[in-house]
Amino acid sequence: MSTNTVRAAPSEASLSRRGFFMKLGILFNGVAAIILALPVARFLFSSIIRSRGNGYLSWVRLGDVNNFPEGETRMATFRNPLVMPTDGKTVDTACWVRRIAGDQFQVFAINCAHLGCPVRWFPQSGLFMCPCHGGAYYRDGSRASGPPERGLFEYPYKIENGTLTIDAGQLPTPGDPVASLTSEKPLCA
Amino acid sequence: MRLIKKIGEWFDHRLQLAAPIREAAGHPVPRNTASWFYVFGSAALTIFLLQLVTGILLALIYVPSAGEAWSSLQALNHQIELGWFIRAMHGWGSNFMVAIVLIHMVQVFLFGAHKFPRELTWVIGVFLLLMTLGMAFTGQVLRFDQDAYWGLGIGASIASRVPILGPFVVKLMLGGPIIAGATLSRFFALHVFVIPGLLIAFVSLHVLMVLRLGINEWPMPGRIVKRATYEDEYHALTKNDGAPFVPYAIWKDMFFAAFIILAVAACASYFGPFGPTGQPDPTIIQTAPKPDYFFLWLYALLSLLPPSLETPFLLICPPLVILGLILLPFLSGEGEKSWKRRPIAVITVLMTAITLGTFTRMAQFTPWSPHMNAWSGDPVPDRYIHGTTALERQGALVFQVKQCRNCHSLGNTGGQRGPALDSVAVRLTQDQLIRQVIQGGGNMPAYGNNLSPAETTALVAFLETLHPATQRPARDAARELVLSNGGVKTSWTQP
Repeated sequence: MSTNTVRAAPSEASLSRRGFFMKLGILFNGVAAIILALPVARFLFSSIIRSRGNGYLSWVRLGDVNNFPEGETRMATFRNPLVMPTDGKTVDTACWVRRIAGDQFQVFAINCAHLGCPVRWFPQSGLFMCPCHGGAYYRDGSRASGPPERGLFEYPYKIENGTLTIDAGQLPTPGDPVASLTSEKPLCA
Repeated sequence: MRLIKKIGEWFDHRLQLAAPIREAAGHPVPRNTASWFYVFGSAALTIFLLQLVTGILLALIYVPSAGEAWSSLQALNHQIELGWFIRAMHGWGSNFMVAIVLIHMVQVFLFGAHKFPRELTWVIGVFLLLMTLGMAFTGQVLRFDQDAYWGLGIGASIASRVPILGPFVVKLMLGGPIIAGATLSRFFALHVFVIPGLLIAFVSLHVLMVLRLGINEWPMPGRIVKRATYEDEYHALTKNDGAPFVPYAIWKDMFFAAFIILAVAACASYFGPFGPTGQPDPTIIQTAPKPDYFFLWLYALLSLLPPSLETPFLLICPPLVILGLILLPFLSGEGEKSWKRRPIAVITVLMTAITLGTFTRMAQFTPWSPHMNAWSGDPVPDRYIHGTTALERQGALVFQVKQCRNCHSLGNTGGQRGPALDSVAVRLTQDQLIRQVIQGGGNMPAYGNNLSPAETTALVAFLETLHPATQRPARDAARELVLSNGGVKTSWTQP
């Protein structure tokens, strides 16, 4: 066991002098921590900072309009606009394109509006069905049954020189359906 | 021998560790705690160490890159000598760890070990449980396959529902706008650095507190815990009826630790590693993602909750449960320890176990998911079309081709999302069948826009044949009366 004896109380003067330096030391470290914390926080939250002002969205080509016959719903795939070197296949995204007639389209996200599983289109029954929790949607994307609280997420689209383009680049989720953010912008057709 | 002793002494003179270790090993424990009920804590620690070792071994080969993780797991499974076994040990070790931690927690709770003065030991234990579950979830993500990919989507969809902060939480969790390379990298950092670091720190604290405060004595009904007297009583107990932890109690811990490691190894070598399932390619949508075993109950819950209750439930219940667990030792820090005198504690444990067990069992069948291939893979059984008319057979075709089978079973084949239709004609009259088919309702989509009148007529004609031979189909007596009068207004409508 240690046998250190408690030292006699140091004199007033040395306490204030040592105490002052200790406090100064704490303050100095606090300043260093703040200076370091700012870049660390910016790095850590960079994915949030970038997302402000639709930073992730851009117009993506889905292909020639004639690839999508009128009255049918077909799957299309596109590469996410933002690609990092280690992304592999994860940047390839699928979506459902419904050509109602002429230049009238609906482009649905593949993700179920319940919890994001990939919905499948069944032309025979005119339904999108989700394999996870059993959500179902009608051909126009509106909710048919099951746990989803809303219809499928839709991408804003435009047709440029006969090419179907959609405004995409972000995973739509129930709390952040994305498309509704951009639909306030005027769609140039 | 003398040389070894001398070297030992040289080291200990500098390390000064022999005395505290000897003290920890020899500290007296109440004799009746040398029980097989008291082995789960050390078993959890053993599996944690096993996970550390197998995890480091896997990291020698695994590549935490969204482009290569899946192929590096394939290499572990098929190319590297015994790579499959180390993967299987780590996977089964994970399942065993969650199970043992849960059993440990239940034992501690039922034996009243969370009461004074071990409240903080319990609270740290709650954090350890959360971190164990965190390890299980992040570990599933590192097995970067289809289940992991879509599981992340589910996690993101849940996180997005947090009011105001949701979208930001999702970006932070995914490390970008979509599930991609950055997502896997940050889950790798969590699984390999952040959570294990915290686990090591908290486990050390947890074990230190058990050593300092002493192991919980075997609870005796009627022996009441009081803050004022408990510690003196405990010290008297260890003094009068105590025995040194080593070797009096530790041999059971050692036996059980070895048994658990062998059990993990047995499961690993017999059942093999988990996955990986298909490639994490989001354009391959022919998949039915499922979480790992210990999250199946959540999967079932998310399918069965009414839509309007889901978000409040997800956002309110987990914090409440965690808060309840943390507050538990402060709300019941004194009183009876024995489970024999704590009926509410026993009922709570039983109800929780039954609820979680039922949900887990249901999630293994997923009756709520449509069978995507039933319409093309499960034909209407022959006996349902014997002796039917041409119209009814046409109806059976409509039934098949409109994917009714994906949700409705006939002869025990097909989906279970909707009710089985083997005897639907007994339950619904012709009018009700037509209404149900056209308008849907009761969690069934409306087919009015998707069936021609001819198809509806045929389908309903077929559905009307679906009744047991001994039971007549349901009929609307009033309707027949109306029809028999040739549409003339019946007497009861004309007073």
